[in-house]
Amino acid sequence: MYNTTELCSVMSGHSSPAAILYKCTTRTAFISQLVKKRQPWFLLPGNFQRLLSRVLKLVLSSESLYQLFNIPAFTTAMTSSTNVSCFHEARRVAIFGGTHGNEMSGVTLVNLWIQNGKEIHRKGVETKPFITNPRAVEKCTRYVDTDLNRAFTTENLSAPSGDDLPYEVQRAQQINEIFGPKGSPEAYDVIFDLHNTTSNMGCTLILESSKDHFNLQMMHYIKKAIAPDSCPVLLTEHPLLKYSTSRSVAKHPIGLEVGPQPQGVLRSNIFESMRVVLKHALDFIELFNEGLEFPPCTVDVFRVSEKMDYPRDTNGNIIAMVHPNLQDCDWEPLNPGDPMFQTFDGTTLRYEGAGTVYPTFINEAAYYEKQQAFVTTRRETLAAGAIKKT
Amino acid sequence: MARLYSLSCAHSLSLSLSLSPPLSLCPSVQQMEPVSLPALSRVAICGGTHGNEMSGVYLVRELQRQKLEKAGSATLTTVISNPRAVQVCKRYTDMDLNRCFTDAILSSPVTDATPYEVRRAQELNTLLGPKGNVGAMDLVCDLHNTTANMGLSLISYSVQDWVIMHIYRQVQRKITSAPVRFILLDLPLADAYSQDSLGKHGFSIEVGPQPHGVVRADIFNIMKEAVDQTLDWVQCFNSGSAFEGGEVDDVYTFVKSVYYPRDPETNQITAAIHPQVQDHDFCLLHPGDPMFLMFSGEIVKYEGEEVLHPFFVNECAYYEKSIAFHLARKMTVTIPPLQVKRLMKGEGEEKRI
Repeated sequence: MYNTTELCSVMSGHSSPAAILYKCTTRTAFISQLVKKRQPWFLLPGNFQRLLSRVLKLVLSSESLYQLFNIPAFTTAMTSSTNVSCFHEARRVAIFGGTHGNEMSGVTLVNLWIQNGKEIHRKGVETKPFITNPRAVEKCTRYVDTDLNRAFTTENLSAPSGDDLPYEVQRAQQINEIFGPKGSPEAYDVIFDLHNTTSNMGCTLILESSKDHFNLQMMHYIKKAIAPDSCPVLLTEHPLLKYSTSRSVAKHPIGLEVGPQPQGVLRSNIFESMRVVLKHALDFIELFNEGLEFPPCTVDVFRVSEKMDYPRDTNGNIIAMVHPNLQDCDWEPLNPGDPMFQTFDGTTLRYEGAGTVYPTFINEAAYYEKQQAFVTTRRETLAAGAIKKT
Repeated sequence: MARLYSLSCAHSLSLSLSLSPPLSLCPSVQQMEPVSLPALSRVAICGGTHGNEMSGVYLVRELQRQKLEKAGSATLTTVISNPRAVQVCKRYTDMDLNRCFTDAILSSPVTDATPYEVRRAQELNTLLGPKGNVGAMDLVCDLHNTTANMGLSLISYSVQDWVIMHIYRQVQRKITSAPVRFILLDLPLADAYSQDSLGKHGFSIEVGPQPHGVVRADIFNIMKEAVDQTLDWVQCFNSGSAFEGGEVDDVYTFVKSVYYPRDPETNQITAAIHPQVQDHDFCLLHPGDPMFLMFSGEIVKYEGEEVLHPFFVNECAYYEKSIAFHLARKMTVTIPPLQVKRLMKGEGEEKRI
């Protein structure tokens, strides 16, 4: 939500073309929100609205014409018109490692920063490095009783506490107390949750909500900062596939998934990549807290679509492996008819979906028990409104 | 994965030819007398010795599904060595099964406190051995994976077991999808600790890189090719083929292990394996070359005097022993011509137990 007073202060005097455009969109966004329900413009088909909006934006530079026609700002395919959002300073930031005890980059980085936090220190920000699952870390295993990164459900968090609860559920309740409560104003502003994967996902950022403009702006900043290296964004917003993560306790949860790296192994290049991405993320927070305004932007994301299991026999045993043509091809298009699995005696099984998808988490070790060989995604562009601190 | 293999020593190959002359253990080819050895009538293929090394687990299951019981005249036995560890997809439950095959452990008395893997080792010794006895399997082939970029490696305790050396040569000649090498663990039989030492002839097939708990099709296919070539060689050998002598190269002898640097106070590991060593198994490590990159940014260099070859670089299972990698010396081995020993009348019955 935007604040009208804030919005008006933003509209004062810039003259660059980008600024003019920015001013137009914010003003029209503002006006369109006020008069939305009573304008015939909104009776036109959506794509015609968008076309007209685009043409007018290019041709007309006078903001009064926008006001006259009450034309909404240019919208993307999926989301509503851009808004300026004001957020409180991100004062309390946590960095979680060891949510899975055998994902070594996060464990190593967090332990390093617990000993010496100089690298993660930013002016005006309390950055707290934290090992979320110490027992799993000690045993160098993903979890002890149950997956901590699935344990932050409302049911678990509100269950009466007790030693009979699985270790990770007890731990989720403790973490919710320290960094939450989840969904409340007292919760931490930002939590980065550090993970590794055996999949060839590079440095992937995981976004839980398409409406979190703060996170979208941060991810846009990070992507620009590490270019030409890429930083795909995985959007896990899905009614069935979304899961209750440890980072979801915060107002702005960010997952960082770096691979490929075997479980229990620390690779120097993977470790350093994660370190660099976090540096940019903290830089963004520092700039935001200093009052820098981030103009509207768009972020290309991959939205999760469908979980694909391994082919199995009637006893539930896996009968085929990810095909060599698909292995390591995270984020690349998978078209109908492309090889997908290879049986142990060499037969190829092909993808039979309706259209092109972008698979990821291809051959993640931890997902064999979750019946997942890979997950399909679809490409989408999200618009983030301008943001500024309150 | 081809991109990883291309890292292996493309640049160092030419150097190794000029700087480190291969050591020959045997006289030149022309002087080696042909050898004849008994047929291999009982062969065992073992997978899941480590429960999270998935290529072997799935390959043995596939052989069992296909009901493969013969390789020409040889009988084939397939075994999942550590079923409990396979069930939970872990390396082991109590202790590493593949360290339990020394004479000492195999003959130790069993009590209530005996770890599962020791009991299992003694069971396997009954099934595939007894180790050192005439009743043992003729050939034991044990399947493993590693997180290290080692391609296909055959590991054994002797470079004078001509059966093994000829199998190695065939595998090396026929397989082009991965580099093929031989690793020698120079230990007497009594101290040989791995499962392959149960057989009259035995070796491990080690394929990587593959994360534990994962089955990669490319790695599985390499292992399958290696097993197919082994069984093919056995059939040819048993049916009387003559294998010419010659030289085999890319033979590496274990010299020593290199350990992770640790903080003296906290005992935490303080560095990662340097990018110039990571994924560069079997390449050259010269004195002064970087070995570790500290988290603080400093470089720890190799301070040995001899140019050696790292292998098992960043193997997950070795963290608990604090081993970052092993170092090896490279050599070439001359092998004699080999043919199966034709049985005299009456000999055949003595060999069957």
